[in-house]
Amino acid sequence: MIIKEEIKNIVSEFEALHSGQFASVVAATPAFLKNIYNQSIAKFKSIGLPNRKNENYKYLDIANLFTKNYEKAITPTQVKVDINDIFKCDVPELDTNAIIILNGFYFSPDGNKINTLPSGAVVGSLSQAIIDYPELVEKYLNKSAEKSDEGLVALNSAFIQDGVFIYVPKDAKLEKPLQIIHLMMESKSIMAQHRNLFVFEEGSEGKVVICDHSLSPSEFLTNSVSEIFAAENAKIEVVRMQNEHNSSKQLTNTFIDQQKDSDVIINTLTLHGGTVRNNLFVNLNDEGCQNRAYGLNLTDRNQQVDNYVYINHAKPNCHSTQLYKGVLDDEAKGAFSGRIFVAPDAQKTEAFQNNNTMLLTDDAQMRSKPQLEIYADDVKCSHGSTSGQLDEDALFYMKARGIGDKEARMLLMFAFAHEIISKISVEPLFERVNNLVEKRLRGEMSRCNNCMMACDTNQKNN
Amino acid sequence: MLKIENLHASINGKEILKGVNLEINPGEVHAIMGPNGAGKSTLSSIIAGKEIYEVTAGKITFDGINLLELAPEERACAGVFMGFQYPIEIPGVSMVNFMRTAVNEHRKYRGQEPLLAADFLKLMRDKKALVEIDSKLTNRSVNEGFSGGEKKKNEIFQMAMLEPKLAVLDETDSGLDIDALRIVANGVNKLKTKDNATIVITHYQRLLDYIVPDFVHVLYQGKIVKTAGKELALELEDKGYDWIKKQFD
Ligand SMILES: Nc1ncnc2c1ncn2[C@@H]1O[C@H](COP(=O)(O)OP(=O)(O)OP(=O)(O)O)[C@@H](O)[C@H]1O
Ligand SMILES: [Mg+2]
Repeated sequence: MIIKEEIKNIVSEFEALHSGQFASVVAATPAFLKNIYNQSIAKFKSIGLPNRKNENYKYLDIANLFTKNYEKAITPTQVKVDINDIFKCDVPELDTNAIIILNGFYFSPDGNKINTLPSGAVVGSLSQAIIDYPELVEKYLNKSAEKSDEGLVALNSAFIQDGVFIYVPKDAKLEKPLQIIHLMMESKSIMAQHRNLFVFEEGSEGKVVICDHSLSPSEFLTNSVSEIFAAENAKIEVVRMQNEHNSSKQLTNTFIDQQKDSDVIINTLTLHGGTVRNNLFVNLNDEGCQNRAYGLNLTDRNQQVDNYVYINHAKPNCHSTQLYKGVLDDEAKGAFSGRIFVAPDAQKTEAFQNNNTMLLTDDAQMRSKPQLEIYADDVKCSHGSTSGQLDEDALFYMKARGIGDKEARMLLMFAFAHEIISKISVEPLFERVNNLVEKRLRGEMSRCNNCMMACDTNQKNN
Repeated sequence: MLKIENLHASINGKEILKGVNLEINPGEVHAIMGPNGAGKSTLSSIIAGKEIYEVTAGKITFDGINLLELAPEERACAGVFMGFQYPIEIPGVSMVNFMRTAVNEHRKYRGQEPLLAADFLKLMRDKKALVEIDSKLTNRSVNEGFSGGEKKKNEIFQMAMLEPKLAVLDETDSGLDIDALRIVANGVNKLKTKDNATIVITHYQRLLDYIVPDFVHVLYQGKIVKTAGKELALELEDKGYDWIKKQFD
């Protein structure tokens, strides 16, 4: 385990970067953002990075991931090839609105960094939004994250530069699902930290599909923060597909802040990745909120996927569901930690949590830790976790009908995973994810750096 | 077609079958009866290839090949079908997907191309009609939430889809209401040809009114202790097993 001294060194390096090179890059930044920088770097300094002594990171030494000497991406990557050319999305109906974030920065081939859609929604680069819509950004940026005592979140906030900005005005509805593609592509080992800000005003609606990909074989570390604000009656569905290569480390921190009667679904599908840690923080701030958080991870070899979910039922009459599933093969490791907090006056809360894991080998390892903290008395809360092997009786039943071992296993694994996939309401994506998961389970998904989600880079390069 | 010679089998070191001999020819219907715990399900599971049983002596040949050397799925593709006494629920696997996979695995085994979607659906329709099974059931996950009788009907539906040479039906009649019993028995009779054979394991003479056996065997304490024609079932119905048990205890 990494010791305090080493963490101090890592933190000092970030501090030096912050006051040196980074300060000169962001010299022209507005005052409100500079305040965020200053507060956050101070906070990061006092919290540091979590190691295994931290209860929430018992099974994954985050600090250890930072010991490799990554070059910190604080300026946009200049690319010679046309990414849009390499990266053609073939999921129909998703392509038109695709937004690319390359190594943490908005990638715009034509220089156009922000758009107003017919619905009135504003979609584009956060760095551009800071210039074009400073009041709006100031009103929301860091408002959820600043309450967090996560070192990783403070680290991201200290270096906010770019990412995706979405603003959906009152009663507006996004015409089509927006697709955001976070790409990592660089010949060196780099660390990037994108920052997303999605604001959905009262009564607005929209679906967002996020894809995380690595396109070159270098080692990558991503530490990202997304803040999602759902005003009264807003309806949001976010589907995140994680599909990075084995030597990538991906840390995501997602904040969902919900107001009265809002309804948010977030589905995180981790198909591939070296080390992945997803932190999800949900605040149900007013009555009548509904939050559904789903997750699926398919891991093999030495991969590790950790999901941490925190649901804060601050007010009465809210409903939350968490369903996370994993299929672990080889020596893969996984952890799920779900904390549901029900405030003293949050009566009539309904909170249901489940974590189910299928272990395909004796070496695969899953740790599941549900935590309920309930201070109200009139609530319905439950949690459960199971982990087990494939059902031998079901396997025999299928074999007795002529279905071979491999196919029978496949059917069972797919059935297990399908419960999560079926929650995706974005129709073309649902089909696509179905296929991808089947390929992944069959072991047919190439383990190279191709983006399996949206294109076939080989085809284009050859 | 099927020849079982001196079959001994045990589970967890406990001997269940103690020298079973049985020969089945194409076109024949055999009934196996016997008291609870005699080893009937054990025998059918061993024919189907369930691995938890250890065959300690004897052999089973099917169409001249050593059945015990084949994996369960190979036995199924070679034409052996077992109707389960307790069919398994498989949540999340749709009946359609399950049957399509099973049918196509059978076809692959015979060197045939997979069925076209339209042909498969037609096959499903035809067989559903044959065993009078409701589409509501075949649109669900395999056996999930099916009633006991529905599960049994579903076994016969699967048998109709796969057209085995040898069907071993383990208490397919138990749990069926009177109409369902007739439908299931009719289904079995309609599937009967001069080239296939059926073993029905049952506790009730009633089934044998519909599916008329050529032979009735009594399995007791891991051995076939009596074999006769269909009249034996009537006699057992009347007298129970005590008179047979007495001869062996
Ligand atoms: N896993 C097991 N471990 C130990 N004993 C077993 C196991 N499975 C079956 N047996 C025993 O083997 C014997 C035969 O069981 P089997 O299920 O074959 O009986 P059966 O003739 O089908 O009975 P029934 O008419 O009740 O269905 C029983 O005594 C049973 O308890
Ligand atoms: Mg039995």
